[in-house]
Amino acid sequence: MTTTIQAPPPDPGSPPPPSRLRLTAYALAQLVLAVPALAFLILGVVGAATLVVWVGAAILAVSVPATRWIADQHRLMAARVLGIPVPRPYRPVTLGRPVEALLVVLRDPMTWRDLAWSVWASTFGFAVALICLLELLLVVTFPIWWFGIRPKMRARSAVDLWFLAISRTEHLEQRVQVLTETRADLVDHSAAELRRLERDLHDGAQARLVALSMSLGLADQLFAEDPERARRLVSDARATTSAAIGDLRSVVRGIHPPVLADRGLVGAVQALALDMALPVRVDPGLVGRPSAPVESAVYFAVAECLTNVAKHARAERAWVVLSHDGARLRAVVGDDGSGGADPARGSGMLGVRRRLAAFDGTMAVSSPPGGPTLVTLEVPCDLSSPRTTPSSAPA
Amino acid sequence: MRLVLAEDHALLRAGMTQLLESNGFTILHAVEDGPTLTEALRDPAADAAVVDVRLPPTQTDEGLRAAIAARVARPGFPVMVISQYVEHLYARELLASGEGAVGYLLKDRVSDVAEFVDGVRRVAAGATVLDPEVVASIMARRHTQPLDRLTPREREVLALMAEGRGNAAIAAHLVVTDKAVAKHINNIFAKLDLAAAEDDHRRVRAVLAWLRA
Repeated sequence: MTTTIQAPPPDPGSPPPPSRLRLTAYALAQLVLAVPALAFLILGVVGAATLVVWVGAAILAVSVPATRWIADQHRLMAARVLGIPVPRPYRPVTLGRPVEALLVVLRDPMTWRDLAWSVWASTFGFAVALICLLELLLVVTFPIWWFGIRPKMRARSAVDLWFLAISRTEHLEQRVQVLTETRADLVDHSAAELRRLERDLHDGAQARLVALSMSLGLADQLFAEDPERARRLVSDARATTSAAIGDLRSVVRGIHPPVLADRGLVGAVQALALDMALPVRVDPGLVGRPSAPVESAVYFAVAECLTNVAKHARAERAWVVLSHDGARLRAVVGDDGSGGADPARGSGMLGVRRRLAAFDGTMAVSSPPGGPTLVTLEVPCDLSSPRTTPSSAPA
Repeated sequence: MRLVLAEDHALLRAGMTQLLESNGFTILHAVEDGPTLTEALRDPAADAAVVDVRLPPTQTDEGLRAAIAARVARPGFPVMVISQYVEHLYARELLASGEGAVGYLLKDRVSDVAEFVDGVRRVAAGATVLDPEVVASIMARRHTQPLDRLTPREREVLALMAEGRGNAAIAAHLVVTDKAVAKHINNIFAKLDLAAAEDDHRRVRAVLAWLRA
């Protein structure tokens, strides 16, 4: 029999809805996962209750990630069943000491909603999954299974998401808060940068130009009476000019390094690597270029990381791996040094984090004592298609 | 000697034309952007080129690319590249474009007219002339295998060779005799396993070995 109703054209991005058998497999998975969910729920409650005596912190360090993993599996299944995208709603924990990480986790409402969800998943949710599975296994109930599995699994997924996914309003509220914070940081950062530039120009090039004009004025006066001294002044003036140009050059590098404009992120990072005292391997896994502001932020972030490697790491070699997974640009800066880097210390890294945060980027540092140190920078962005060679570009 | 000159600032172009012509060069073409530079470099009458890295229309490394392309099309074509800033990366690319006859200097070195003109002449004669700033950046790197065998004095001599100085100039700079410099250079050649060949080529190869380390 041919269907008379035209099915809507499938959305090329989303996979087809799961088959009945797959739905039953999900039910089985939910059934199995309900056991650890209950166990970690109890652990989580015990951990929270004993937090004052610090044992709780250790318990939470295990139970929270485990609960999050189980919840994530249910988010994935619910997303497939309902055919909607479900983002991972946790607040990012990227930086800082364990205490700070713990505070972020405890302040995240999703942590507590996970626990509430665990109650549901190990009771009523468990029952729904069990019924779906039994209806298939008991054979006589096969028709009930055939017609009932879809609505039952959809209902269960909807309840799961009621606990596990944040609503649009909540999402927007969170977004506004993040944007407000990063904007304030960015404004502070730019103001500080402008002050630094002003100081560099004032103490550097500007001061030298004043000296230059004085030397030339003096030489002008002396030409008639003491040409030899005047000549010396002119030669001094030339040295001062060179110094002023040198100052301007370093200011320009600090604003936007010319090689970044010429060659993009990959070329500029290669140039950075060449200027390092220790060997730095660059793995340029990028095809195309991100937008100029992202490129600049990532460049300065990598530069700061490499500076830190040179200053603190006592490393023999370092490496930079650039990649893009279709949604995020990732730069990993690693070294084989002594480790123990503390990202909370040092204004440079703080500046890097703020600058990246303006693009929703993150910085994660892994630096166990004894090394190696890995700094992972991630920024969501698109890449433009690779640039054609300049000589073939239209004038 | 007939030169191609590429520089986009009209004032600087006029200044450099005057500077080079008063020192016995003939400016065959003085161009201001990448496409006309590429065109001018095809002129078989040109003996060498002085090229600014940053040129219109893209205002990026147009000049550098044109210079490298010219050296690929005409192996050994002498090019002196000048720029507001120097990059170790670009120095490598220039050196990789063929053996010798290449220079890379900061634009403000032009103010020392005698030295700049001498640099252009040396490049045209097949030597390698690198800006002291590039040399310093390379010196700051940790040394690797074959160069470890050089004594600090030999490294100093090699760095001065990279700046394009002749034996007499190196001797004057280090306040030693010409003979001592010649001895150091022979030691460098031996330690870098550079077989006896034409002296200029060995100099260039020694500099290359050092740059690639």
